[in-house]
Amino acid sequence: MEHYNMNLTLKVWRQKSSKEQGRFETYQVSDISSEMSFLEMIDVLNERLIKEGKDPIAFDHDCREGICGACSMYINGRPHGPWQANTTCQLHMRAYKDGDTIVVEPWRANSFPVIKDLVVDRTAFDRIVQAGGYISVNTGNAVDANAMLIEKDKADAAFAAAACIGCGACVAACKNSSAMLFLSAKVSHLALLPQGEPERKSRVLNMVQQMDKEGFGSCTFTEACEAVCPKEISVTNISRLNKEYIIAGLTEEK
Amino acid sequence: MLNSKIPAGQLDLKWTDYKGHCKLVNPANKRKLEVIIVGTGLAGASAAASLGELGYKVKAFCFQDSPRRAHSIAAQGGINAAKNYQNDGDSVFRLFYDTIKGGDYRAREANVHRLAEVSANIIDQCVAQGVPLAREYGGLLSNRSFGGTQVQRTFYAAGQTGQQLLIGAYQALERQVALGNVTMYTRHEMLDVVLIKDKDKAGNEVGEAKCRGIVVRNLITGELERHFGHAVLLCSGGYGNVFYLSTNAMGSNVTAAWKAHRKGAYFGNPCYTQIHPTCIPVSGDHQSKLTLMSESLRNDGRIWVPKKQGDNRKPNEIPEEERDYYLERRYPAFGNLVPRDVASRAAKERCDAGYGVGSSKQAVYLDYANAIERYGKIECGKLGISNPSAEVIRKHGLDVVKEKYGNLFDMYEKITGENPYEVPMRIYPAVHYTMGGLWVDYELMTTVPGLYALGEANFSDHGANRLGASALMQGLADGYFVIPYTIGNYLADEISTKAISLDHPEFVKTEKDVRDRIEKLMNIKGSQSVESFHKRLGKIMWDKCGMARNEKGLQEAIVEIQQLKKEFWSDVRIPGGISEMNPELDKANRVADFIELGELMCKDALNRKESCGGHFREESQTDEGEAARNDAQFSYVSAWEFKGESDWQLHPEALNFEVAKPTQRSYK
Repeated sequence: MEHYNMNLTLKVWRQKSSKEQGRFETYQVSDISSEMSFLEMIDVLNERLIKEGKDPIAFDHDCREGICGACSMYINGRPHGPWQANTTCQLHMRAYKDGDTIVVEPWRANSFPVIKDLVVDRTAFDRIVQAGGYISVNTGNAVDANAMLIEKDKADAAFAAAACIGCGACVAACKNSSAMLFLSAKVSHLALLPQGEPERKSRVLNMVQQMDKEGFGSCTFTEACEAVCPKEISVTNISRLNKEYIIAGLTEEK
Repeated sequence: MLNSKIPAGQLDLKWTDYKGHCKLVNPANKRKLEVIIVGTGLAGASAAASLGELGYKVKAFCFQDSPRRAHSIAAQGGINAAKNYQNDGDSVFRLFYDTIKGGDYRAREANVHRLAEVSANIIDQCVAQGVPLAREYGGLLSNRSFGGTQVQRTFYAAGQTGQQLLIGAYQALERQVALGNVTMYTRHEMLDVVLIKDKDKAGNEVGEAKCRGIVVRNLITGELERHFGHAVLLCSGGYGNVFYLSTNAMGSNVTAAWKAHRKGAYFGNPCYTQIHPTCIPVSGDHQSKLTLMSESLRNDGRIWVPKKQGDNRKPNEIPEEERDYYLERRYPAFGNLVPRDVASRAAKERCDAGYGVGSSKQAVYLDYANAIERYGKIECGKLGISNPSAEVIRKHGLDVVKEKYGNLFDMYEKITGENPYEVPMRIYPAVHYTMGGLWVDYELMTTVPGLYALGEANFSDHGANRLGASALMQGLADGYFVIPYTIGNYLADEISTKAISLDHPEFVKTEKDVRDRIEKLMNIKGSQSVESFHKRLGKIMWDKCGMARNEKGLQEAIVEIQQLKKEFWSDVRIPGGISEMNPELDKANRVADFIELGELMCKDALNRKESCGGHFREESQTDEGEAARNDAQFSYVSAWEFKGESDWQLHPEALNFEVAKPTQRSYK
């Protein structure tokens, strides 16, 4: 692949804190290599801002290899930018060409309030997990791992759902700011496995209740979430969640 | 005098004996005992969950926005366990022996044997939690082999094993949060430990100061907070980012461990760094981090360079007979599966000799063409396709490789823009893991009473080189199965210790010291960014304390680092304010500590005039260019005591090998 350099116009959301009004700032960046990652391009801009005595752009990022789920930029109207099945940190500048304008915003959702610039508060996700996203087993002498046979297809499906990185792109993409894809991934992961059976009903009921309490919107099945999910979590998980929820609601005896 | 507190008796009975005789804390007293845990990766999250389940009052801290983001999440390949599910001759002893040997006989036998013993429980525990490890069609768990071993003992979840194990531990942790046993503090960074002496009945201070709490910075508001604990566990990971470029996450840092070190915790084997052989090569000066390609790729991929120096042909144009599969050539018994240190040095040797590939010439090929063909033939056999064409074989082979390594291949393509199914991947070694860390005894306690270190943050189990798929094992062993016992042995004597007031003079003083340092940093108002200092430190470390070290280079590095430190403290520029979210200030705090650590690493490397594991001293090699260990002089752990700025005292802990007799490692 041929490498090239480019000059770009960036429009970035700047907001000093959750209490203050935000606004877009425009920056010109030059000589950006097509080999750079998107976040390295922001690094270059930040280095310049620091030299100029200005406040650098705050953004969440950590592993920079697409797995920790920290990075969260809404790029040109799409969470994590233009590439399919990708996180912001894995996006590389060869996705752009000289002269492009790129608009960068934080995740937009009432349940993810802005902390600063592009950094948002996603602790609502942790609270949803606290409501039941686990199997209640203490550390100790668990039975031999091979004592329980699990069909490969089921194990693979559970794994595919468990691949969720909790980044929140699904919420950001949804016009209703629904967290159903995130929630359904966890419910599916655990409902597909025999270990998850004992708490299957209470789990789904409690987690949905917590999701509602956090103020996430309802699901109208636009599938925007699946389209932007960096781990390609399927909306069939939402169907499974609905099934689990209905059955639990009808049959739970509490 | 260092006391490693290794129990007496036969090696394979030590842990059983210890568990049978250590002190216990009764449930009513556990409720009164508070434990602070810093870091929520595999070690921290598993410890927090397990101690919360036991009934201790736990406070857990992480600098990320959620405990699920800790960098354990990025581990790809797998986790070892001596299950012998494959009936290929594995056992607890084999895992113990491979780990000791792989660590080049620089780890403690007793710790490593315990690790091997509990390894099987870890898999049971994780499966019980619902961790979706890979399975065979019959429903049983699947295994693969990993570098440095000849058995298949590695459990995995595609290329996301770390993620799945961490999510398991994270969920167990969040369950304890929901139950009120653990309080979670996210976006909080520990900036110092608080040491307080006990008082006798007359009110006089007695004994050694014990660790009784921490001072943290709330990374959203910038406020400093004091937290009390009867004991403090540092599970804060490794320090590979001292090299600037590494496979660590951007936020991974040494600060928590370093603060503890400055307060009296000895630092063990700081120079032992693991340079991982299969990473995506550096593409330019803008690079902020390096990405690992799982070592599992060496199971099926073949590593080669052209036989001709400076060969600029495309890889597919170089015929088979003009390729040098140098690992298979040099190490026929292990081939592409030699341990990481050996594979990394061999790649460096070829590149330094002018056989490197790609535009930088600092890379070698990792080729899957052969594996695709081999798997394709097997699949065609299974499907009963007779005389399949090359095209049909390739198609079926691609399917198998995609299933096994698809996510890794996708990652490679995203970063490089090249399709690894068509073109061999280019790889080069990169800093990945640090075997060194805070010195701990058998109970995982540092030299400061009540202060523990778990997981990568301690030094104890991997010697001078860690085998693949052993980091996840160690993190979870420490958190799930070791600390729940050993901490009781300490806390049993603390049941009458009341929570110490946060207004205690030591809390006040420690917070003031932290505040003063932050103000000092902010008031420098120099001209150079934190990042620029970090880059310069990384370059010194990589050039002079990297894959190969020599006396002259290390001496130069020490002078350069001292110079850099002066410059940092007089010319760093940190924008923004103190009482707000300020990532540049967070980074400055960390880089200041990395600079000090870098000096100690060079000092340790200089002292160790032998080659062992990840530490290759150019002055100490065999005629064939292999690492030459010197057991007569260096069969010890280097534990360094901080005495003052640029001043450390070495306390060697002799290593005794009663069972695994040291031999020169050979993978030939």
